[in-house]
Formats: sequence, C-alpha cells, structure tokens
Amino acid sequence: MEKVYSKPRLLTDAVMHYCPGCSHGTIHKIVAEVIAELGIESSTIGVSPVGCSVFAYKYIDIDWIQAAHGRACAVASAVKRLEPEKMVFTYQGDGDLSAIGTGETIHACNRGENIAVIYVNNAIYGMTGGQMAPTTLVGMKTSTSPGGREVNIHGYPFKVADMVAQLEGVCYVTRQSVHTPASVRKAKKAIRLAFENALAGKGLSFVEVVSSCNSGWKMSPVGANEWMEQNMFPFYKLGDIKV
Amino acid sequence: MAKGRVEIDRERCKGCEVCIGACPVSILALSSSVNGKGYAYAEAVLPEKCTGCANCALVCPDGCIEVWRD
Repeated sequence: MEKVYSKPRLLTDAVMHYCPGCSHGTIHKIVAEVIAELGIESSTIGVSPVGCSVFAYKYIDIDWIQAAHGRACAVASAVKRLEPEKMVFTYQGDGDLSAIGTGETIHACNRGENIAVIYVNNAIYGMTGGQMAPTTLVGMKTSTSPGGREVNIHGYPFKVADMVAQLEGVCYVTRQSVHTPASVRKAKKAIRLAFENALAGKGLSFVEVVSSCNSGWKMSPVGANEWMEQNMFPFYKLGDIKV
Repeated sequence: MAKGRVEIDRERCKGCEVCIGACPVSILALSSSVNGKGYAYAEAVLPEKCTGCANCALVCPDGCIEVWRD
C-alpha cells in the first residue's frame, strides 16, 4: 500500500495546546502543507497574533515573529518592506484582527501591502474565557453577554472580510471553513492562492476561516461544528468575496 | 481485503471525534480505554472496510492520522 496522507512535513512534533476539535490545528496543517508545496519554507515569515494561536511558531517550522496584540498586519507590512523577496503572512483570530487590531488591518489592506492575512473567526474570545467579540452573533451567549448579544446595547457583528473587500489595495478576499473534508480542500486552495498573490506582488489577500470554539461556546467539538453550520454560515456566508 | 488502512497516533489524539463523522464508511469509533493524557482516542473498529479516502486525516486537527491506499 502507498502512503497517501501523513502529518505535514513542516508541522512540528509538538502536541498542540488547542482544545480537542479546535479549527486552529486543521488550519495550521493546511498552512504547513501549502508552504511545503510551494517550496518556500526557507523564505516564509509568519506573524502570529495574541490569542489562542499566539504559539503558532511552535507548530509550523518556519520563521515567525509574534506581534503585540492586534498589530500583526503592521509588523507584517514592515517585514515585507524590509525583506521584499520573502513571503509574509499573518495568522490572526477575530479578537486580535477585528477588535484591537482593526486600525492596523484596515490600513495594511488599504495600502495594498503584498502580504497574506489568515483570519480565524470563531465569534468569541477563546483564550481569555469566551467573552463577547465584535464578531459575536446577535443573540449568541458568551461569558460577557449571558443573555445573548443585544443589538441596542452591543451593536451588530462585524463582517471584516466584506468591509476590506471594498479597498483597492486588496486583491483577494474569501471566506472558508475547515469542518468537513471538502471544506478543508477548498480552504487549502484559498490559502495557496493568497500566498501566490503575495509572492507575485498583487496586493493583500485576505482569507477568513469561519471556525468553531467548542470550549468557548460550551459545546462538544462535533456539536460546535453543527452549530456553526446552522448559525454562523447564514451570517458569515462562505465563498469568494473578491477575486 | 481492505483497500485502505489508517494508523492513528493514539497518544497525540484528543478524542474530538471529528474524524468519526467524516468517515464515509463509518469504520472509526472512540476507544473504551484512554491514552496518557486521559483522552479516549479514535480507533478503526472495522478496518476491513477502509477505502483509504483520507477524509478522517484531512479533518483531524492534531495530525494524528496516517492513511495508506492500494
């Protein structure tokens, strides 16, 4: 028999600290696969955020910088300008990118920095204990909105991908997920295209991955994926937003 | 004769069960014993039915699964 699948070469042997069933692990795997397939492991620099994925540098065997909270796009802009031959990407959650890092993200997008942004949106602050995020759905219960998010108090959930698609510096915006085999294959193609765009100097590529946070949502991993299909996807619609 | 084979790193597995639902021929199940971290782990209970499609490995967040195919 021929081996048809094994752990990606660039994924380290370190056991990931993520909760069982967390989407981060799957996204890490496809990022590692794309970098290996493009043969750019020695010329790729990742910028990791503050949040659960702060330790991304322990799991994917490339060069990393860990940015201050929300500042990954600003750090990546500087790295790309100083090292224009490198492929530079950020890996950020919604608490990092769409809250404290909104300004850095929008302006990096608007300047058309030649970087790729991987945005993992699970509609909650996972690491700090499941607090409400700007992306939390209306009516969704979190530790700081125990009665559910209310529009007249907390405003509306923030669709960052749709917003940055309006900016001229952004060449590619897509929204994907990684909860089924088919969706993993599609998300991998999207990340590959984003990295190719960054290498080709086409501008900023923005890949949102709608994800589950089963421990923050107080669900089982499989139950969280089902809840995501029923509740997240109608609002955060999957597919290409700008190509 | 199975067309495929899966090998699951039981010490790395966290028992999230995402692979179990992804298997089109339902050959995976959670073990009744636990690994060193205290998690029940995924195992192939009907290995002869494996087609080697690698769907389980694709969705495994922890990269625990290796797949072989004829």
